[in-house]
Amino acid sequence: MSLPDYGFYILCGTAVILLLTEAVRDTTNFAQTLVFGLTQGAIFALVALGYTMVYGIIELINFAHGDVFTLSAYVGTTILGLFAVNEGSFTALNLAVLVIIFPVVMLIMGGINVAIERVAYRPLRNAPRLAPLITAIGMSFFLEGVMFLWKGPATVHFPNILPQWTTTVAGVFFGFKDIFVIVTAAILVALLAFFINRTRLGKAMRATAQDRDAAQLMGIDINRTIAATFFIGALLAGAGGIIYGLYYGTVYYQLGFRTGLIAFTAAVFGGIGNIPGAAIGGLIIGLTAAFSDIYIGGRWTQVVIFGILIGVLVFRPTGLLGMRVPEK
Amino acid sequence: MALLELDGVDALYGRIQALRKVSITVDKGEVVALIGSNGAGKTTTLRTISGLMHPASGTIKFDGREITTTRPSKIVELGICQSPEGRRLFPRMTVVDNLVMGAYTRNDKPAIASDMDRVFTLFPRLKERRTQIAGTLSGGEQQMLAMGRALMARPKLMMLDEPSLGLAPILIETIFSIVREINSQGTTVLLVEQNANKALEVANRAYVLETGVIVQEGSGRELLASEAVQKAYLGM
Repeated sequence: MSLPDYGFYILCGTAVILLLTEAVRDTTNFAQTLVFGLTQGAIFALVALGYTMVYGIIELINFAHGDVFTLSAYVGTTILGLFAVNEGSFTALNLAVLVIIFPVVMLIMGGINVAIERVAYRPLRNAPRLAPLITAIGMSFFLEGVMFLWKGPATVHFPNILPQWTTTVAGVFFGFKDIFVIVTAAILVALLAFFINRTRLGKAMRATAQDRDAAQLMGIDINRTIAATFFIGALLAGAGGIIYGLYYGTVYYQLGFRTGLIAFTAAVFGGIGNIPGAAIGGLIIGLTAAFSDIYIGGRWTQVVIFGILIGVLVFRPTGLLGMRVPEK
Repeated sequence: MALLELDGVDALYGRIQALRKVSITVDKGEVVALIGSNGAGKTTTLRTISGLMHPASGTIKFDGREITTTRPSKIVELGICQSPEGRRLFPRMTVVDNLVMGAYTRNDKPAIASDMDRVFTLFPRLKERRTQIAGTLSGGEQQMLAMGRALMARPKLMMLDEPSLGLAPILIETIFSIVREINSQGTTVLLVEQNANKALEVANRAYVLETGVIVQEGSGRELLASEAVQKAYLGM
């Protein structure tokens, strides 16, 4: 273990100890923050997975990914607008719409992201790494521009079609919404883990990420595995966008910029390219943001989060789960 | 009958010419060695055959079919598999998953399972370590896994790039005896080696590559006896 490693552990340890003191001092407040942190962390995790998968396979930080997330909320609210959904109470129609909105929006976003990869990144596959990075930033502006033109600069309402049920347990307030967000994210992450580790295409994606030439020599069509990676990343971001809309009730066209950067931080924190790392990193960054909001003050939250990004890059560039990158 | 035929192949890295009018023939059932020093173009030759790069001119034919500009995944399906230089395993996958990836182009599950048994018979060490992560294997075990992975494609032509590189002498013996065994079981082998001595002992025929040009060819025994080869590659 090297000196930066100690620095990393000391920083993490200090944060955990400070939090534990607070947990003892005011347990209810702590638990309440924990619930909120887990909920937003689940959303960050869904977005972070797309960053980390794309980075893992083509070493591109896909800056447009946050905007794919926002765009899915825009597509989602538009589709919801087609139905006479009831925002006051949970009707059978709400349930039906809820069941179809996820797969429909996720598939649409998957298709869009595959198209983005095809036109914006694949032609630059063998270009210097800076080129696709700049294209990704351009694609981000493009998507934000599309959303701006589509629904204007104001915040856009996202209908809350979930049951309004809430409860208080030992002073901690939470609702169906919170449980829904966490459970949905957990199911999606479990499905992803199954897909990546057990299926033929999932294994081929991992092989492509670990050694692209060797993957080709095994007969893997890397254009296909890379497209599949973008598709799956967008499925998760698509679900994340709808969940975000359902949870917060509003979205706006630049939402993906900040959420994207935070999710990117989560991916780096977990170890960029490492899939379980991104899920855990998302949760930890979500919790960090919530605790920072309550204990330090909301205006400091971005400072704390991006401070973590800098800290991880300085002290432990391989992230929490420290993927050892093989020498090539 | 020629299984693989390179005819006047030129290959470029940008503006640097790596191969110049390279013509190689590999007949069915043979072991053919390609020897030469570092940077002579041996690996480039294999990359060109595998379709990772395409020749600037010249043609490549495999099994009576032109594959000059065919994409790599198709070439594997046609029956060429490579154990690349530096092994290039999937370092964070298990031994079994690496072997499974080797059979990626195949769909016949029972045959894949029996081929995995065959690989485990050839390399008992891999069987002991079947659930281990490939990146944590020793150099010799990694080489065995790279060869086993290539065999899993059930190739008509297996190309081995520097299988002896960095291995202890005793392991080198094992690796070459396994090359013989693989060949005797009906797989044609194209072997690239810096260890010319060993390669020429195993090979039916061999080509000598020097700065991208084939300078000599003959049977393994002829080249072993050739003065020029002895001087340049056998350290005599």
